[in-house]
Amino acid sequence: MNKKPQFRINLKSKHLLAIMTIVCIVAIVGTFASGVGTEQMQETAGLFVVPFQKGIEHLSGQVENMLETFKEKKALVEENEDLKFQLENLMSENNKLLQDQTELTDLQELYQLDQEYGDFPKVAARIISKDPGNWYDTFMINKGSNDGIRVDNNVIAGKGLVGIVTNVGPNWSTVRSIIDDASHVSAMTVSTQDNLVVEGDLELIDEGKLRFVQLYDQENKVTAGERIITSNISEKYVEGLFIGYVSGVEQDTNNLTKVGTIVSPVDFRHLRDVLVITINKQDILSEE
Amino acid sequence: MRSKIILCFTILLTFLLQSTLINKIAIGSITPNLPVILCISMGLMRGRKSGLWVGFFSGLLIDIFYGSFLGFYALIYMYLGFFSGYAYRICYDDEIKVPVMLAGIGDLIYSLAVYALQFLLRGRLSLGTYLIRIILPEAFYTVCLTFLLYRFFYFINYHLMEPVRPERESVWVLR
Repeated sequence: MNKKPQFRINLKSKHLLAIMTIVCIVAIVGTFASGVGTEQMQETAGLFVVPFQKGIEHLSGQVENMLETFKEKKALVEENEDLKFQLENLMSENNKLLQDQTELTDLQELYQLDQEYGDFPKVAARIISKDPGNWYDTFMINKGSNDGIRVDNNVIAGKGLVGIVTNVGPNWSTVRSIIDDASHVSAMTVSTQDNLVVEGDLELIDEGKLRFVQLYDQENKVTAGERIITSNISEKYVEGLFIGYVSGVEQDTNNLTKVGTIVSPVDFRHLRDVLVITINKQDILSEE
Repeated sequence: MRSKIILCFTILLTFLLQSTLINKIAIGSITPNLPVILCISMGLMRGRKSGLWVGFFSGLLIDIFYGSFLGFYALIYMYLGFFSGYAYRICYDDEIKVPVMLAGIGDLIYSLAVYALQFLLRGRLSLGTYLIRIILPEAFYTVCLTFLLYRFFYFINYHLMEPVRPERESVWVLR
C-alpha cells in the first residue's frame, strides 16, 4: 500500500509546555537585556487589530451619543436648575476672585504657560483602546508615524501632562500615562525651581493623585498648592508642561528629602481626546 | 483546520473586546479578565495542548501592544491554559460550576503572578492593598462574567469547531 509520508510532529503536551516556556523566557530575557525592538511584529499585528479597535470605538461613541440624546430632555430640565444654582454660587465667587490680587498673578503665570504650549507643533488624537489589565495605565491612540508621531513624544490633554509615547505604528501608537505605576517624570516647582521626581502609584490612583519623591527643600518653602511643571533637566519631557498641584508634603524617612502627593488637573478616567507634541526634548536640545 | 481558524478569530475577538468594550463596563475602574476565561474554557473543553496554544497567543497579543517585555503575559496565560487542561478528563465540561471555579482560581493566580513579578520586584510591598483593591474585585468580576461567557465559548466549541478526540489528552492512560 502506498502510504503518504507524514510530517506531523507529535509532541507530548508536557514537552510542548517545556519548549514554549523556554521560548517565552528567551523572548523576555532578549527584550529585557538587548532592548530588541518588536516593531515588525507590532506593525503586522496592528494591521489586524487596530482597524477593529477604531471601528468599535467609533460605534460605541455613536451609541453613547444616541443614549445621551435620549436622556437629553430630562437631563436638560435638571441641568437648568443646577445651572441656576451654580450661577448664584459663581457670582459670589466671582466677587471674591476680583478682590484677590494674588490669584491674578497666578493666572498670568498660567497664561504664560499656555503660550509656551502654543509654540510646539501638536497633533490631536483620540484614545481607541486601553491596557487590558488593571495593573497598568497605558492606552492606544489613533494616530501614528504617518502623522509625524515618534517614540518619546509628550502627550497632553487640555490642562496638563498626560503621558509619553512608547510605541509607534503607521496609524496607531501606545502611550504610557503619568499615573502608570512604572512612570517617572523629572519635574520642578514653579516658585522655587526645586527638582523632584513625579511617580505614578497604583495605590493613589483611586484618589486621583500622583506621588512625588526626592524633593530637596530644607526651608519648607514648598507647600500645598504649589504648581509642578516638567523640569529643564528632564531627558524626555519638554520643559514647562504643567503636571499638577502639590496636595501634601512629608519628610522622607531619610530625613533629607521630602515626599508627597500631587493632584493632576487631568481626568484620567474619562480621558478621550489628547494632544501629542510632535517634537522631542532631544530635538530641541540638538537645535540649540 | 477550521477549528484553528475559528480559534484564532475567538482569540482576536477576546483581545479586541478586552481592550475596548470591557473598559466601558468597568466598575470602579476594575475590569474583568476575558483572556483568562477564554484559555480556561478552551483548556477545559479541548485539553492541555489547546489550552496552551490559546493561552500563548492571547498573552502574546497583549505583550505586543501593551507589555513591557515580549513573552511575559504569554507565559502566564500559557500555564493557565495548560493546567486547566488537566480538568479536561476529570470533569464534565457541560457543568457551569467547574469553569467558574477554575476561572476564579486562574484569575487569582494570574494577578498574583503579575504582582509578584512586576510589582514586588520593584519594592511595592503592600500586598494587602493590592489584594483588596485590585486582585479580589477582578477575580470576582471575572467569575461573574464566566457565567455568561462560558456558554458562548461552549457554543463555539461544540457547534463551530471539530471536537477533539478525548483519548489523546487522557491523563489516566499511560503512554
